[in-house]
Amino acid sequence: MALKHKPLTFKLAVTALAMFGFGFALVPLYDVFCDLTGLNGKTAVTAASAEAAQIDISREIVIEFIARPNKQMPWLFEPEVRRMTVHPGEIHIMNYLAQNPTSRMIVGQAVPSVSPGQAALYFHKIECFCFTQQKLAGGKDMLMPLQFYVDPALPSQFSTITLSYTLYDVTSAWTGDSAESSQPGE
Amino acid sequence: MSAVVTDHDHDHEHHDHKPSGIKRWFYTTNHKDIGTMYLVFALIMFFIGGAMAMVIRAELFQPGMQFVEPNFFNQMTTVHGLIMVFGAVMPAFTGLANWMIPMMIGAPDMALPRMNNWSFWILPFAFLILLISLFMPGGGPSFGWTFYAPLSTTYSGDSTALFVFSVHIMGISSIMGAINVIVTIFNLRAPGMTWMKMPLFVWTWLITAFLLIMVMPVLAGAVTMVLTDKYFGTSFFDAAGGGDPVLFQHIFWFFGHPEVYIMILPAFGIVSSIVPTFARKPLFGYASMVYATSSIALLSFLVWAHHMFTTGMPVAGALFFMYCTMLIAVPTGVKVFNWVATMWRGAMTFEVPMMFALAFIVLFTIGGFSGLMLAITPADFQYHDTYFVVAHFHYVLVTGAVFSIIAAAYYWLPKWTGHMYDEKLGQWHFWCSLISVNLLFFPMHFVGLAGMPRRIPDYALQFADFNAFISIGGFLFGASQLIFVWLLVKCARGGEKATAQVWEGAEGLEWEVPSPAPYHTFETPPVIK
Repeated sequence: MALKHKPLTFKLAVTALAMFGFGFALVPLYDVFCDLTGLNGKTAVTAASAEAAQIDISREIVIEFIARPNKQMPWLFEPEVRRMTVHPGEIHIMNYLAQNPTSRMIVGQAVPSVSPGQAALYFHKIECFCFTQQKLAGGKDMLMPLQFYVDPALPSQFSTITLSYTLYDVTSAWTGDSAESSQPGE
Repeated sequence: MSAVVTDHDHDHEHHDHKPSGIKRWFYTTNHKDIGTMYLVFALIMFFIGGAMAMVIRAELFQPGMQFVEPNFFNQMTTVHGLIMVFGAVMPAFTGLANWMIPMMIGAPDMALPRMNNWSFWILPFAFLILLISLFMPGGGPSFGWTFYAPLSTTYSGDSTALFVFSVHIMGISSIMGAINVIVTIFNLRAPGMTWMKMPLFVWTWLITAFLLIMVMPVLAGAVTMVLTDKYFGTSFFDAAGGGDPVLFQHIFWFFGHPEVYIMILPAFGIVSSIVPTFARKPLFGYASMVYATSSIALLSFLVWAHHMFTTGMPVAGALFFMYCTMLIAVPTGVKVFNWVATMWRGAMTFEVPMMFALAFIVLFTIGGFSGLMLAITPADFQYHDTYFVVAHFHYVLVTGAVFSIIAAAYYWLPKWTGHMYDEKLGQWHFWCSLISVNLLFFPMHFVGLAGMPRRIPDYALQFADFNAFISIGGFLFGASQLIFVWLLVKCARGGEKATAQVWEGAEGLEWEVPSPAPYHTFETPPVIK
């Protein structure tokens, strides 16, 4: 390579490598962007504070609950009720029923998604079974609680929020540290 | 061909010692040899990808399942797309860049000739890997050329690893080619060849090369993430592990949208070279062409999510991407206006390169307009994933990019071979292509608007007549390209001697060297007035 080409070639090669890195940097950037804006319907993965805001009884919001096990997940997984009408600021408890029809222990992880995505920022979970992995022995069932409230600051164009949970089988990746959080069923 | 060169150019004869036979092509670092190999490779790939398109059109000739299994049909749509984008259009442009850029700027060769040899010779292996994967148990990639997760991660076959590696190699080849183009243009311009004297083909390729360096690595990152998600337990795109499949689409289209400009900017350069020659007038608005090309390239980084309107996006995001997308129509409109203004009151003749360039201007503009329709977010919800999209991108890629490459081949063929091509045969090729390509792609707009989805091997009965027309157009277009091959072979073997200038109105350094261009040109830099 002629000497005079070296600096430019080097710079361009470094640019290409940097762009390869940028492709991977998009992954955390995307998460940060979505956390800040709530764009993709991801809700917070940690508990919100229990001191709810002022209850706004002049507004009614319909909350729809969807729950489905992922294709590889053998559990039965259902919300107790399909829909519920709430006032913004009110704290509600909602139970999900999980049943393990197999004969072996399975660990599940629920991943929430809120639609419309922009409402995700205003849906606060005080306690949720989705914060931790849930362990269930074969043939058992259990109730998994969710405690939530809707932020009174929810923009006025939203009157219905759909909360969807997909339950994944994470037995192979189970670390054992979250077993305490699961609650025995009746 | 080499014998002809040495016979005509005794001054250069002593430079022309090169290994004979196949070794010449393996070892060559000559930009003209490498350019020729790129172009021949692209032509072969054009026919392999075209054969897959024929399978697709044969299956869709009638409703119901006729010839192939749905899984094989999906492999055909996937590999057709990959081959045409990465194997035909991009290498053809790189081949043209190799041949023409050093001659246009008065350089003796590309700046990095050994890397040039590398960047070509890894390409056949990339496509060998991709094509071999079709014969694996379970077949080749069948998730569409866009390889959306989870189709390419959770639901793909074992051939995915081969697909990923072949895309890696294609990417490395493109990046090396792009680095070479940039270094050549920056460092090897002849004295006096200032930036704003460079031919537009050089300008558009310079900008394209920067786009390649910016986005091909991102594509490499995307396929790497697919690879590790599928085989090594990462979850970039798997919600179960905290990833997000929509993220895949963001990364892919961050590459994908600049990619479509990579495939069209050199075409703008070609048309900007051909139109002034046959209108016998200098290009109208040279500087505005340069600025328009640059602004298209910059805007291309701000519009990727217009491929993703239906994934659910806040209104503000949809508006941003919609308006940015529509903004691209402005510099593109400047270009079309300039081409038309160049022809205005010109002394025009209509040789084959000019015919293809004219068809490009009209038909590319149709593709641009359907792109504007797709940019309208609320309308896009109806058009998304229908044949309307297929019609749109085939108008910009076939009657756009491919027509420009064919035009360039006709335009510079006398310079490459030293012979004039058969004008009558060329006109036959043009008119057969023009009629059949519109029969092929225009009705796709209608079936798309009526709701026919893309990438489906079967369709509802009401689309039967239109699809029969489309398939006939497809077969005719495929057959028309055989005329082109015949013409190329004929022209390489002999024909009327071409002069150095070839075309009466042609201007530029490449027309000052004899035809065929000697093996080595501009070893002493030319003087630029």
